[in-house]
Amino acid sequence: MQVILLRRTMGFVLTLIAVSVIVFAVMNVLPGDPAITILGIDSTEDARAALRAELGLDRPVWLRYLDWVWHAAQGDFGTSYFFRVPVTELITERLPLTLSLALAGMTVTVVVGITLGMIAAARHGTFGDWAIMLFSQMGIAVPAFWLSILLVLLFAVGLRWLPPGGFPGWDEPLLAARSLILPTTALALVQSAVLARVTRSSALEVMRLDFVRTARATGLSRWRVLRRHILPNALVPIVTIVGMQVAAVVTGTIVIENVFYLPGLGRLIFQSIANRDLFTVQALVVLFAAIVVTANFLVDIAYVLIDPRLKGRMT
Amino acid sequence: MIEANDITVRFGTAEALRGINLTLSPGQRLGIVGESGSGKSMLGLSLMGMLPDAAGMSGQIRIDGTDMTGAKIASWRAIRARKVAMIFQEPLAALNPLRRVGNTVMEPLRQHLGHSKDAARARVLQLFEETGIQDPVAKFRQFPHELSGGQRQRVLISLALACNPKVLIADEPTTALDAHVALRITDLLVRLAEERGMALVFISHDLAAVARTAQDIAVMYGGEIVERGPVHAVLSSPHHPYTQGLLLARPALGAGHLRERLPVIPGTVPAMRDLAVGCRFSGRCAVELPHCATERPASRPVGAHHDAACHRIGAAT
Ligand SMILES: Nc1ncnc2c1ncn2[C@@H]1O[C@H](COP(=O)(O)OP(=O)(O)OP(=O)(O)O)[C@@H](O)[C@H]1O
Ligand code: SF4
Ligand SMILES: [Mg+2]
Repeated sequence: MQVILLRRTMGFVLTLIAVSVIVFAVMNVLPGDPAITILGIDSTEDARAALRAELGLDRPVWLRYLDWVWHAAQGDFGTSYFFRVPVTELITERLPLTLSLALAGMTVTVVVGITLGMIAAARHGTFGDWAIMLFSQMGIAVPAFWLSILLVLLFAVGLRWLPPGGFPGWDEPLLAARSLILPTTALALVQSAVLARVTRSSALEVMRLDFVRTARATGLSRWRVLRRHILPNALVPIVTIVGMQVAAVVTGTIVIENVFYLPGLGRLIFQSIANRDLFTVQALVVLFAAIVVTANFLVDIAYVLIDPRLKGRMT
Repeated sequence: MIEANDITVRFGTAEALRGINLTLSPGQRLGIVGESGSGKSMLGLSLMGMLPDAAGMSGQIRIDGTDMTGAKIASWRAIRARKVAMIFQEPLAALNPLRRVGNTVMEPLRQHLGHSKDAARARVLQLFEETGIQDPVAKFRQFPHELSGGQRQRVLISLALACNPKVLIADEPTTALDAHVALRITDLLVRLAEERGMALVFISHDLAAVARTAQDIAVMYGGEIVERGPVHAVLSSPHHPYTQGLLLARPALGAGHLRERLPVIPGTVPAMRDLAVGCRFSGRCAVELPHCATERPASRPVGAHHDAACHRIGAAT
């Protein structure tokens, strides 16, 4: 177990380094100059040069990268070119919103996806199964972006039940929660559709196994057989997909926050790329990558917790 | 204990079981033999209300005084484990791989008998003891893949016995096991049936195992019971040509060939839908009569508690 943990930690660090190198390179290869973005196109070349020197942009790329790594390792992600405040501050301000959105999205995905999938499997071949699969087929086919607009048109513009976008801040928890309902729905609908499919097919496969027959022969109720015998054995593919969905949901917040005008990290990364705000982009990409890698690590731990047969084999 | 009348199971138009009559008294041990596809498992499953969804069943079943004819799934659930229990062929596959075996056996005790955790646990240890599982406390916490084949089957037997059923149906419980382990399991089943006054339906390919386990034997062919009677009577004077074929084709019983599979009779079992409407054995029978293929032979007594269904019986030949 310690060996796994050590290997995992190394993989984690290597992934983050690779991701940061790529972002650094891409941001430098792309045309455009932060100095122009900040000062405007009618600024003088002297003023731009002065700003570049101030920002340290006149030094070679590799040196700037090493400098960044050195400070990042100490928790200092630099100062945003554009906002002129520490990147860490920018992120900590916006993190709660994005985290809430992602957590709510994952929770809805897991609850709705697994429930619908199990119901479809239990009602295999009936109208209920058919209806759930139709819903899930539609959910998979619809892009989250388009779905968001539909939701806004229906529930905000048409029915006026919910706000079309924006975020009132955390001082009003109820209003804050209300403004997250549509974004969460838009984020989770597609993912729960995917998860429902995976759950259904995995459960159908498990249902044919002998121990399910034993459970039925023991006189257990249908619901109990489903929940205590079929679902746990169907979990491995489900957990695999859920791990991938964490990545999808975290990156999905970028689109969703922009559609719904939510001041979170997704919107920040969007603005920062447009403003060529290297340090902010860099820190955000590393943060997103860290979340995804951590999710994958948790999935691997989950496998062993689910299936005792794997314990001996994982080294 | 069990009274089954004219049980017929159909898949579409094909009949997997045809007109099965069966009675079982408390403590009686009935062996069922027959080639693969003869309907042994279907018969077992029909007594549990566990036929595949595609199957249609007709006929009457009474179990321990309760009429189960056309019973709903909920009524079947109420008697499973508590009146009729069943164990299956492949003990590893038959156990939930993710649960400790002790928890698996505890489940019906908690669900059906409302035992507390501690009471259920104590009862499981007792059952493990009763079914000859060494070191029950340690085994309780093990997963199926950590046990041997024989131990797994003992766990499944403990599970089946948890709610003290009146009837235990064992569908080829020893086929997947080593010969000496198989012997111990069959002896265990006999002992348990005797001690508990529990009826046992022992389904097997293995004539020797049936002879060792059962008092009575039913020979199945093509979804029918073609001959039935006390084990020694059927084996020493078989009346149905199919039974005779089975016995002729195999070495003398008790000559050490304990794991003998059913021997080969010329020809193979036809597909279910190609079976003759008359005697199921016609076409493969060496002593067939002209009307065998079209007329169904009735079951006739050929000795004390011994009957067979063949047109040859009682006919002047
Ligand atoms: N779902 C099904 N659909 C159609 N036919 C089926 C189905 N299940 C079983 N059968 C048929 O029912 C017949 C009886 O099968 P059964 O499993 O009872 O035989 P068996 O005597 O137990 O054989 P074995 O010794 O191989 O276990 C077989 O001919 C089989 O093909
Ligand atoms: S009824 Fe006819 S075909 Fe069937 S076993 Fe008897 S003799 Fe053979
Ligand atoms: Mg069978």
